[in-house]
Amino acid sequence: MLCNVCNENEATVHLTQIVGEKLQKVDLCEGCSKEKGIGDPTGYSLADMLLGLGATEEADEISPDLKCPACKYTQADFKKSGRFGCPECYTVFSEGLESMLKSMHKGLKHVGKTPRTVIAQDSSRKLEKLKAQLDQAVEEENFEEAARLRDEINSLESVPVEDSKA
Amino acid sequence: MNLEEYLASPVCAKPEGPEDRIVMSSRVRLARNLRDHAFPTWAKQKGRIESLQLIRPAVESLPKLDSAFSAGMEELATVDKQILVERHLISREHAAKKAGSGVVFVEDESICVMINEEDHLRMQAILPGLQVQEAWKVVDELDTQLEEKLEFAATTELGYLTACPTNLGTAIRVSAMLHLPGLVLAEQINQIITSVQKLGLAVRGLYGEGTEALGNVFQVSNQRTLGESEAEITERLGKVLRQIIENEENARATLLEDKPHTVYNHIGRAYGILANAHIIASKETMNLLSLLRLGVDLGMFKGLDRGVIDELFLITQPAHLQKQHTDKLDAEERDVRRAEMLRTRLRKIERPRIPKNK
Ligand SMILES: [Zn+2]
Ligand SMILES: [Zn+2]
Repeated sequence: MLCNVCNENEATVHLTQIVGEKLQKVDLCEGCSKEKGIGDPTGYSLADMLLGLGATEEADEISPDLKCPACKYTQADFKKSGRFGCPECYTVFSEGLESMLKSMHKGLKHVGKTPRTVIAQDSSRKLEKLKAQLDQAVEEENFEEAARLRDEINSLESVPVEDSKA
Repeated sequence: MNLEEYLASPVCAKPEGPEDRIVMSSRVRLARNLRDHAFPTWAKQKGRIESLQLIRPAVESLPKLDSAFSAGMEELATVDKQILVERHLISREHAAKKAGSGVVFVEDESICVMINEEDHLRMQAILPGLQVQEAWKVVDELDTQLEEKLEFAATTELGYLTACPTNLGTAIRVSAMLHLPGLVLAEQINQIITSVQKLGLAVRGLYGEGTEALGNVFQVSNQRTLGESEAEITERLGKVLRQIIENEENARATLLEDKPHTVYNHIGRAYGILANAHIIASKETMNLLSLLRLGVDLGMFKGLDRGVIDELFLITQPAHLQKQHTDKLDAEERDVRRAEMLRTRLRKIERPRIPKNK
């Protein structure tokens, strides 16, 4: 892999940064990375460095004023550091998150371990929603739909969730 | 609790592990964050101190950590923090942290938890040799126990929420430290690095900057964390590691077949310098110790243990060297003391012989 700046030396410094909804990857040789003053990955903008100023403006247009109510983090903060301020930020800045995650990961849906309480909350939320739908279906005398919903509810409830016993 | 008591334990007593000729250690690290708390890099110090006060007692109360070393980062001297970095217990970034961050680790160093690094929790298990599955089991159990005490930020859709979206999902980093002198001497290492990177894994020299892989030590790790389970990630990495081991063994065999004198020459000279030098820098030491380790693997040294070399690898590094002396050493003095230590440790080791089964 050659350095993106000089196109001569083997790239040894590999950087990733999020600009708006785009993920930017840059590979640099040791010399060029030193020259660009890359030591602190939060202190510079890759897009500014490589593509000249202006490249990041596009990203600003998405929602520059968007701010996380929980931690006061802004889109601009994220653009600069590539990191979020708090767990809530994932909901606040969800727009554009998908395409960014796509470029970083194998999939977009989590597979693997999940805290028990989170699974329990999730299925009880699902259950509530289904029950509301069932009530509505019954009220509308849509019995076919009601039967389907009842089956779904039964199958969800038959999954033992240890937390519900507590 | 005294850090020295913990770190004084001789490293060479470390248990051996499968494939440890080539795989020096396997590590699995998980990132976790608390719900309703800002991530440590964004939180104000007050917030970090608050989350530390929640997390530290919870971590200390885990059965496996009940007699662990535990400290706030402001309690540790700079040289002690550096020692923890040299032992791969904490990151360089974490060593720079002060009040509001902490570290907890067990005496044999197999388990270590960084509190308020980039995420609220970074917990790792390190085991000798190729044991990625086993390391995952250890850290998985810790995590499950902690889940009873702390409320982690997670959703069923995105998994564990981390400060950096590159760690989102399983928030797992599985890695192994590999000693690959054969592939380096045979000039095949770049090929291997490229093909491993194509599989979405990262390879880098563990010591040194840029292209340098001092001591021929490399770290292979997963990069992607979302869309693949912990089991799939560890299994895939395990497969790749076994492939690299095979390549390394082949490279060594071919080198010995085609250019035995070149190999013996490298090892003999490494021994000559390490056992007789009076001034030696850290970089040169690592590179020569790597050749000595290869010599041990090839059966060229009587009475020299791989464990001793791995220990020398560690105790010749700057902070470890400084720790053995009360006066503050400058770089030049360190090079003299380093050479002194190597001469002493290698005094009784006979010079290398050509292996008989050649
Ligand atoms: Zn360059
Ligand atoms: Zn936030």
